[in-house]
Amino acid sequence: MVNDILIEAKDLSVYFPVTKGIIRQRRIAEIKAVDAVSFFIRRGETLGLVGESGCGKTTLGRTLMQLIRPSSGEVFFEGENLCRLKEDELRPIRQRMQIIFQDPFDSLDPRMSAGEIVAEPLRVHQKIKGKRLREQVGELFKVVGLDPAMSGRYPHQFSGGQRQRLGIARAIAIRPKFIVCDEPISALDVSIQAQIINLLEDLQTEFNLTYLFIAHDLSVVRHISHRVAVMYLGKIVEIADRDALYRSAKHPYTIALLSAVPIPDPYVESTRERIILKGEPPSPMALPPGCNFHPRCPIGVEVCQREIPLLREVEENHWVACHLV
Amino acid sequence: MGSSETEYSERKERGRVWEVFRRLSKRVTALIGLVIVLLFLISALIAPLLAPHDPYEHSLAHKLAKPSWDYPLGRDELGRCILSRIIYGARISLLIGLIVISIGIFVGVPVGVVSAYYGGKVDFIVQRFVDTMLAFPGILLALLLIAMLGVGLHNVMIAVGISTIPIYARLARSSVLAIKSRQFVEAARSIGASHLRIILQHLIPNSLSPIIVQSTLHMATAILWAAGLGFLGLGVSPPTAEWGAMLNGGRLYIRVAYHVATFPGLMIFITVLGFNLLGDGLRDALDPRLKT
Repeated sequence: MVNDILIEAKDLSVYFPVTKGIIRQRRIAEIKAVDAVSFFIRRGETLGLVGESGCGKTTLGRTLMQLIRPSSGEVFFEGENLCRLKEDELRPIRQRMQIIFQDPFDSLDPRMSAGEIVAEPLRVHQKIKGKRLREQVGELFKVVGLDPAMSGRYPHQFSGGQRQRLGIARAIAIRPKFIVCDEPISALDVSIQAQIINLLEDLQTEFNLTYLFIAHDLSVVRHISHRVAVMYLGKIVEIADRDALYRSAKHPYTIALLSAVPIPDPYVESTRERIILKGEPPSPMALPPGCNFHPRCPIGVEVCQREIPLLREVEENHWVACHLV
Repeated sequence: MGSSETEYSERKERGRVWEVFRRLSKRVTALIGLVIVLLFLISALIAPLLAPHDPYEHSLAHKLAKPSWDYPLGRDELGRCILSRIIYGARISLLIGLIVISIGIFVGVPVGVVSAYYGGKVDFIVQRFVDTMLAFPGILLALLLIAMLGVGLHNVMIAVGISTIPIYARLARSSVLAIKSRQFVEAARSIGASHLRIILQHLIPNSLSPIIVQSTLHMATAILWAAGLGFLGLGVSPPTAEWGAMLNGGRLYIRVAYHVATFPGLMIFITVLGFNLLGDGLRDALDPRLKT
């Protein structure tokens, strides 16, 4: 069971300093983008990560990749503590973990041809050139459903879905084990979204990939994930197997999120109960004391304003951070 | 598949240059600039074929002769053919322009890129140094350097070149700062690309447009400065045909023979105008927001 875990975060925190002043920069506050988060992902599994904009889910994905260095805490990838490694030492490990970006327009270098973009990781890590490189790039194009004859085109000549396929081809080029999918479909048309999801699923089976799938769309996450984690203001508030979470969510925030998912049946839709949260999430610069969620919580009690709830296992594999569960 | 692929990418690459040219040619002023610059380049490159006479052959008997069929722009104070001297002078101007810009780009761009890429303390120190250099008026800096290095064409080029370094450094820095935060740079990092690879493959190619425009405009400035320094007698040594020095030579005779000073002056004016028009046109043509 222990060996089954591919990547694990322990007490991971990312604080961004807010500074003031030109020459002597004084720290006036901190943004707690990710605050003492712990979780693990098993080999071959997809962990869905959901939460509203600005809750730190993208930062968490970047921190697992060590693209952002954490302020404290550890990331273990195949037993190795990545946070201890220097940038040079991380480079070989980057072969085994990759990222697919949200914005397929910004994540491809506009001055490089599609073939060059996909070839870059192969050039960096495997030092192959010439004919062999071209063959491999052509192969990757086919795997993600692109015509290898298009490899001479530039990113602006592709559609959004095709660009995202290029991003995927680049990510799988060096056969990684773990891929962070950072809202890979939220910039795409609905009709294209399903194609990309199917592609990601096919690739997972074919190459035995492990995903961290970040999204703000619960129905997509439900489709692709084995387990789901819900984030609110830098903390994971609930993490459980997919079916358990969707069937019996425990945390009031998760319940509210799930109640916002429309049901494609007008009768059920008109009679079901929706929980509408009051107000905006507080600024991550000035978090409330106690539970982050208490100012908006529909069932909050006095203890929530004083004590920070810890993530507890309330059922098997179902963890919740709430005093009232 | 292999060879047809590379062929395809080359065709596309040429297509992009063609695209810029097509957009450039839509603007009349830019096109005029381009024509002037091309004429300037041609006359510099094939001066011996174009010049009707030897630019150094003097004849005191014909000094300050008015324009005629044989000598279309007349003769100067030593009886030399002004047209030939202007054509040969284009070589010096082109040389000065190229060397000055090369010094500016090859020193300034790496400084600016490194400063922006690494940021933090490196950036702060480099940029304060650049600020100090920018605070000097360029011509003053050039004069100061000439005073230190001595009079002569090489020193003029080095002096003017050094005074353009901070401009390129600042320009490269601001482009890289804008590009650095784009996702494709993060993607390159996540792939495991080295700093050098990120800088050479991603940052520099994407920050080139403003530098190309700036260097076209700088070509004009460099020619003007070189002429100015030549006029002050700080540039080339006397017999060499150089526009600024010709202007200075004709200055004394402006009342009796207008053509000696006027034509070199006009040439400076037209060439500088040409480079400025081309630079303006390129700035518009390379603007990615105008992409259709």
